[in-house]
Amino acid sequence: MSTPGLRPAVLARLAWRESRTARRRLALYMSSIALGVAALVAIDSFAGNVTRSIREQSRNLLGGDLQVSSRASFPTVVDTMLDSLSQAGIASASVTSFASMALAAETGNTRLVQVRAVSDGYPFYGTIGTQPAGLWSAAHGDAPVVFVDPSLLVSLDAQVGDSMRLGQQMFVIAASLENVPGDAGITAVIGPRVFVSSRWLTNMQLLQAGSRAEYEAVLRLPAQDNGTRAGEQLARVLRRRIDPGNADQVAEDATRERAASALGGGERLDDSVTVGDGAAGLAAAPTRVRVRTVVDTERDFTEAVSRLADFLSVIGLIALLLGGIGVASGIHAFVVSKIDTVAVLRCLGASSKQVLALYVLQAGTMGLVGAAAGTALGVGIQLVLSGLVKEFLPLDVAPTVEWRAVAMGLGIGVWVALIFALRPLLALRRVSPLQALRRATDENALPREWTDPARLFVDVALVCSIVGIAVARTGSWTDGLFVTLGIAAAVLVLWAAATLLIQLARRSVRSSWPFAFRQGVANLYRPANQTRAVTLALGFGAFLLATVYLVQGNLLKRFEVADMAAAGNLLFFDVQDDQVNALDSLVRRDGHPIVERTPIVTMRVAAVNGMNAQRLMSDTTIDRPRWVLRREYRSSYRDSLSPSEKVLEGTWTADAAARERRRGPDGPYEVSLEAGVATDLLVTLGDTITWDVQGVRVNTVVTSIREVNWARFETNFFAIFAPEALRAAPQQHVLIADIADPVTLAQVQRDAIRQFPNVSSLDLSVIRSTIKGITDRVTIAIRFLGVFCLAIGIPVLFSAVAATRRARLREGVLLRTLGASRSLVQRVLFAEYAALGVLGAVTGMALAFGGAWALMRFVFDDTFVPAWGAAAGIMTATVVLTVGIGLLTSRDVHRETPMTVLRDA
Amino acid sequence: MLVARALSKDYASGEKPLTVLHDVSFEIARGAYVSIVGPSGSGKTTLLGLLAGLDTPTRGSVLLDGADMGALGEDARAALRGEKVGFVFQSFQLIPTLTALENVQVPLELRGEVSTSEAAKRATALLDRVGLHGRSHHFPTQLSGGEQQRVALARAFVNAPQILFADEPTGNLDGATGARIVELIEELNRERGTTVVLVTHDSALAERTQRTIRLADGAVIEDITRAPAVV
Repeated sequence: MSTPGLRPAVLARLAWRESRTARRRLALYMSSIALGVAALVAIDSFAGNVTRSIREQSRNLLGGDLQVSSRASFPTVVDTMLDSLSQAGIASASVTSFASMALAAETGNTRLVQVRAVSDGYPFYGTIGTQPAGLWSAAHGDAPVVFVDPSLLVSLDAQVGDSMRLGQQMFVIAASLENVPGDAGITAVIGPRVFVSSRWLTNMQLLQAGSRAEYEAVLRLPAQDNGTRAGEQLARVLRRRIDPGNADQVAEDATRERAASALGGGERLDDSVTVGDGAAGLAAAPTRVRVRTVVDTERDFTEAVSRLADFLSVIGLIALLLGGIGVASGIHAFVVSKIDTVAVLRCLGASSKQVLALYVLQAGTMGLVGAAAGTALGVGIQLVLSGLVKEFLPLDVAPTVEWRAVAMGLGIGVWVALIFALRPLLALRRVSPLQALRRATDENALPREWTDPARLFVDVALVCSIVGIAVARTGSWTDGLFVTLGIAAAVLVLWAAATLLIQLARRSVRSSWPFAFRQGVANLYRPANQTRAVTLALGFGAFLLATVYLVQGNLLKRFEVADMAAAGNLLFFDVQDDQVNALDSLVRRDGHPIVERTPIVTMRVAAVNGMNAQRLMSDTTIDRPRWVLRREYRSSYRDSLSPSEKVLEGTWTADAAARERRRGPDGPYEVSLEAGVATDLLVTLGDTITWDVQGVRVNTVVTSIREVNWARFETNFFAIFAPEALRAAPQQHVLIADIADPVTLAQVQRDAIRQFPNVSSLDLSVIRSTIKGITDRVTIAIRFLGVFCLAIGIPVLFSAVAATRRARLREGVLLRTLGASRSLVQRVLFAEYAALGVLGAVTGMALAFGGAWALMRFVFDDTFVPAWGAAAGIMTATVVLTVGIGLLTSRDVHRETPMTVLRDA
Repeated sequence: MLVARALSKDYASGEKPLTVLHDVSFEIARGAYVSIVGPSGSGKTTLLGLLAGLDTPTRGSVLLDGADMGALGEDARAALRGEKVGFVFQSFQLIPTLTALENVQVPLELRGEVSTSEAAKRATALLDRVGLHGRSHHFPTQLSGGEQQRVALARAFVNAPQILFADEPTGNLDGATGARIVELIEELNRERGTTVVLVTHDSALAERTQRTIRLADGAVIEDITRAPAVV
């Protein structure tokens, strides 16, 4: 009796023929996964492109094989070392970066710029592109020339060939900058770059004691040695020579911190070593010197890119799973439409395996089509994405097809489509051939058996697939499980809400209600209802969309607050102690107020509770971030709190006499710490901190802990001292003036720069427009994500509604047969879809508020402000969309004659 | 050829089971042309389902060519159907997405014993035999009811079944078309020696068969043999 059975080729042919009328419908269901696949492919391809570019251009990013950098001029040991290296054929070039005011001689306009004073030879890799082209070689000639960002020419209203003053030196603008290796174009928005030969540094007279500047030396290994290993070896040697005792610890720390930051710890990677410069004790502040190699640069950039990709791919993953739900709903509808065919096939001798194979093959093929469409779309998005973020990246990214990402997208897409399709498809195995003789209702014709081993196996495989993909995408078990649990929780909430609605509808329907409304509400709980499927698809879509919008709103709100809260609009900084009164008079001369005058004193932590900072740093038993002990603090002193501060613990003593009384003759001074830094320093009220204020020890006691809103345009500090503690210390000042008229403001800036060339000033309106420029870009990116989420929801919703289309069609036609008008049938459907839309929207929104709150609270560390307007807008759109798609899908009710449907049913 | 032994079938209906067939027993010889008749609700279709192995009895057994169908699993019964049984339904039950030719080929393809070209050749020959020459590439919706039932007949005979079950084969057809279908069934029965079991409540049609089993309330109330079976 045994027969050879259905051969694969014949099976394929039969599957192809049998799918004739269903292909378009199947393709629509499978398109649910296309956008999820597109997201994953786009993100992976882009990350792949960037990572490859980083690998190829890592020397350009660094400017050499090795970089030595410091926030202060190099200590003697480093200079000596660089000299001896040059003897050994290792060339070095210097880059000194600092902020300064540029004054256009012709127009008199001023602008705060980022000066990069570079020595001959820089950059060793890559080239600085100029417009007109090829002029960089003139940088180190005898004539003082500068190369500037094109945006500076615009803001100074200057042209190439004009003169420009930096400090005490006049320059000619030789060319504008087109491309600087290792710099992202966006950095020019924050402060236009000015490249100048380092030979003019002295003439500019801009670098004084306490000036903020970054000192770098880039090194080039001889051609035969410039492999990464040689670079790493040299870096180890350099670290050891700069600080023999600390180098290994630094390397170890860097690895640990890198691991922590890769896990989202957020701590900054730092592979610097601290150099006492041969001076004993506290006579000279130790200088931190960082030694970085091509490998370090590559690793840091790659980590940053992969973190961003991980975050985005969670959205892609959710999109894909949402698509999976769409596939399951759509395939369920498909399965229902195939009951008759399967019954006939069973009568004709088809085994349950043959039937399953036939439809799995169809679904798999369409899944492949959906995934392929998604992959193609993903590659397209990747190209657009490359263009959008070009300016944010410090390297040239050539968008190429990443075949690994394409294969991965296709693989995951087909798998998700299949595994979600398999669940409803399994029901076809149980279609009895008897259905060909006597057709039962759809529900009875597809018997469900909860203990069916195949079904249980598919369920387990489904859960394992989700966890597996989530873990693989996020790169960590914890994150993957967290994401899976989050998705499961959202599904559970939506499921529970739908069940609640079903119960509520069942109990609340009253015969006194108008017919259409009563029927519509009753459809929510009747057999073959679509309440759960639609709520799930709809709620998930609304959840995703609203979360993205709410978080965006909250993040952008930070900048709005900052925008409104600025007390003044012209900021002067790097004002030396002996310049402050003269500058104050200059501003007040024309009656403009100085709204803030803040002294700034640089210092380091010398000891905490009597324990030396160096010893605390080497104590590995306590988990304390090293940066809080190592960093240079720019602190201030004052009697009062600023509007952006709030005391969380302890008391702020504004009264000087009271402070003096409490302190006594030799007691510690009062200091207030910002909450975050206090946590990291592991100190609390009453703890003592000894500060090294440029060689002088100042003992303090923590008397208050403050919360600071760093986003406001005000001078804010980690540590605020009682004025008597620092009044005599060497200090610089920040002045904020309020000058309403832009012409006068520019005039004051010009006068200030002429009189005090080292003082920098900043027009806050420039900052505002800069931030607006950035937030606008972010907004576009987020809106794109939002539209993307919405786009995912539509095919999913179509699929969900399709699942019960046959039942709705039959009911509608029966009603028409019994004399109902078209508009009555329409109103019944309207009532049902409106109820579903409202439920999906409300539940999705509740989830979104929860999700956005959690993201703001735990990820962005900020308070959540609900955006009711946006939420109402999204809810309305969701309801309109549901009703629209529902009525659109049911339009056949009016097209078909009652006879056709009754005969088919 | 076909033996029904003490067949009973219960269905769950509310709290009490509903018995639709009571203790039905008979034998049908090879090559016989038998009708099962009875009013609506008498259990005709249920009996046909059990005889064809589309369903399993609550009690009793069905032996098809010696094989106890109750002892076989659903897939084994499907294989048996594919090999030995042909079906004709009242509503034709053609697969709407396949052409006439493809519909007829399906049983051969499911068994996988012949090549696709051989299957197409046999299917074409049968379509010609039932008078559908030139209509083989039409889809069911493009064919009339009579033509669809002829395709169904061709499909039923393509595997050279030993037994054909026909459930109200003329129920959806006009008189003349129905008569032509019945003639075709009878011709094929004679030509190929196929046993034919026909469920109908058309007494004229039942009169044409060699034997009529009459059901009422799930029990056999009459079993009339008019002519001996052709062996």
